[in-house]
Amino acid sequence: MLKLILRRLLGMIPILFIIITLTFFLLRFAPGNPFANEKAFPPKVIQELNKQYGLDKPLYIQYINYISELTKGNLGPSTRYAGKTVSEIIGEHLPTSLLLGLIAYGFALIVGVSIGIISSLRQNSAVDYFSMAVAMLGISVPSFVLGPLLVIVFSLTLFWLPPARWGEPKHLILPALTLSGVYIAYIARLTRSGMLEVLRADYIRTARAKGLAESVVVLRHALRGGIIPVVSFTGPALTFLLAGTIVVEKIFAVPGLGRIFIEAANSRDYFLVMGLTLFVSTVLVVMNLLVDIIIGLLDPRISYK
Amino acid sequence: MAKSNSAILSVRNLQTHFYGDGAVVKAVDGVSFDLKLGETLGIVGESGSGKSVTNLSILRLIPYPPGKIVGGEVIFDNKDLMKIPENEIRRIRGKRIAMIFQDPMTSLNPFMKIGAQLMEITQLHEGLNNSQARKKAIEMLELVGIADASRRIDDYSHQFSGGMRQRVMIAMALSCKPELLIADEPTTALDVTIQAQILELIKGLKEKIGTSVILITHDLGIVAGMTDHTGVMYAGKIVEYAPTEELFSNPHHPYTKGLLKSVPDPLIEQKKLFQIPGLPPDLSNLPKGCPFSPRCSSATTQCQEFPPIRQINAEHYSACWLEN
Repeated sequence: MLKLILRRLLGMIPILFIIITLTFFLLRFAPGNPFANEKAFPPKVIQELNKQYGLDKPLYIQYINYISELTKGNLGPSTRYAGKTVSEIIGEHLPTSLLLGLIAYGFALIVGVSIGIISSLRQNSAVDYFSMAVAMLGISVPSFVLGPLLVIVFSLTLFWLPPARWGEPKHLILPALTLSGVYIAYIARLTRSGMLEVLRADYIRTARAKGLAESVVVLRHALRGGIIPVVSFTGPALTFLLAGTIVVEKIFAVPGLGRIFIEAANSRDYFLVMGLTLFVSTVLVVMNLLVDIIIGLLDPRISYK
Repeated sequence: MAKSNSAILSVRNLQTHFYGDGAVVKAVDGVSFDLKLGETLGIVGESGSGKSVTNLSILRLIPYPPGKIVGGEVIFDNKDLMKIPENEIRRIRGKRIAMIFQDPMTSLNPFMKIGAQLMEITQLHEGLNNSQARKKAIEMLELVGIADASRRIDDYSHQFSGGMRQRVMIAMALSCKPELLIADEPTTALDVTIQAQILELIKGLKEKIGTSVILITHDLGIVAGMTDHTGVMYAGKIVEYAPTEELFSNPHHPYTKGLLKSVPDPLIEQKKLFQIPGLPPDLSNLPKGCPFSPRCSSATTQCQEFPPIRQINAEHYSACWLEN
């Protein structure tokens, strides 16, 4: 197992290198520059700024400089948030995104898996059709619709929760609910199809023939195999929740990473975009490694050599 | 068939249907038989004749939908298993009536250790604690001839060969000393040499534990060597039922005769192997009258009408109009 982890972590290096290179050049070929959007600076000031950030050198020198700084763990300065380093900005906003993402996904996991199991056990019943129809709706309704709807219901009608605040635990509820909607739907559908496949297996019949109660058959014998598609889905899903939640962050005034990402891209904050891309890519690769390890633990037939 | 007092299991007019695509498949269509205490009953028939469905129906293990037991009785210990509540039949499954299935490769849970699968049955039915159940599981594995059982108990099923897995299944099935063991083609998926070992094992353990056995198979050789009585199934019905020796020496139903004829005799050189002409009927669209009549060389106009099962002699029953 340790060997696997080590090998996979080493395998990350070329992947991340390719991502860095692609992002670096794509970003530079995009029109505009970090100081073009601001008020018209005098050319001299622009020149000074470029020099300060090392942007006046030839592109390949900048690339080499970036890579060499990176190997020292330095993600560079931000041009938009002057005076802050990219690492500081990520460090500042990551806890918020992490907390919100984990709560939303945890909630989605509990609700989605439950709905999926119930649907699979009552396949083609009214309950199944209803929950799958709702799941379809959940996948189709974008968060910029679901979010305001929740605000209308819970904030503006029932007055239970504030519409857009950040700081107290209860402020997490509405954004987490909004974020989890799509995931509940996906997880329910994945669980249902995974469980349907497993429930037809011979070994489930064996378990029933032993006289085990249906709940034991489902939870002890079927769920382990049926849940595997959900585990695979969790890696990319959690990564997205970490940095791809700009809409929800905007609606509920959440100081998360998603907003930083979009703003960095809009203002051509080269270092910040690079840093965030690198960070998200690393998270994704690590998540996928974790997923593989968990699946290996769930299914003893899978062994990594 | 006359009801015998020493019968451990009496199946009466059992009917199991499957529903789908607007058609009704009568997989089991009025099956009746008795199993005497301590005996082995063989049920033979082609694939799709309803052998397995009959036996899954006994323990109500037919998945619904699409399957449904629509009629009949299964009397076990003076109770109709078709009518008792779910929690009561659950106490019978695995404890008093156990099953072994056809494909040992897929019948064990690949996600759980063999030990856990063996232990849960004695924990459930006999209230054993963890260490007792583990001890019992090792004991059972040794009983079915798994070498180094105390170590192998922590293995997963994919680490066992097919024959070994079937041994594990047998160990599991016999853990609670069931009164009845239903073996559904226990050797079909195995090599011939392993087949013989598994059959010997079942035979030996049957005597040791005193279990009655229903053995489902399509292999007439197995029936001859293992069973006391034999029922021949065709299109969801038992068409002939007799003591095994009687059935082999004096078959009555043309289908049984055909089956016996299609077993090659190594002593006679045959140019071409005998086969029953035609195919088994579509169970959702059975021919009128005797379902075997389209393939039967002795068929007459009388066969347009369904032949009731009738007594040929003392213990021999057949569902055919033929006098002899």
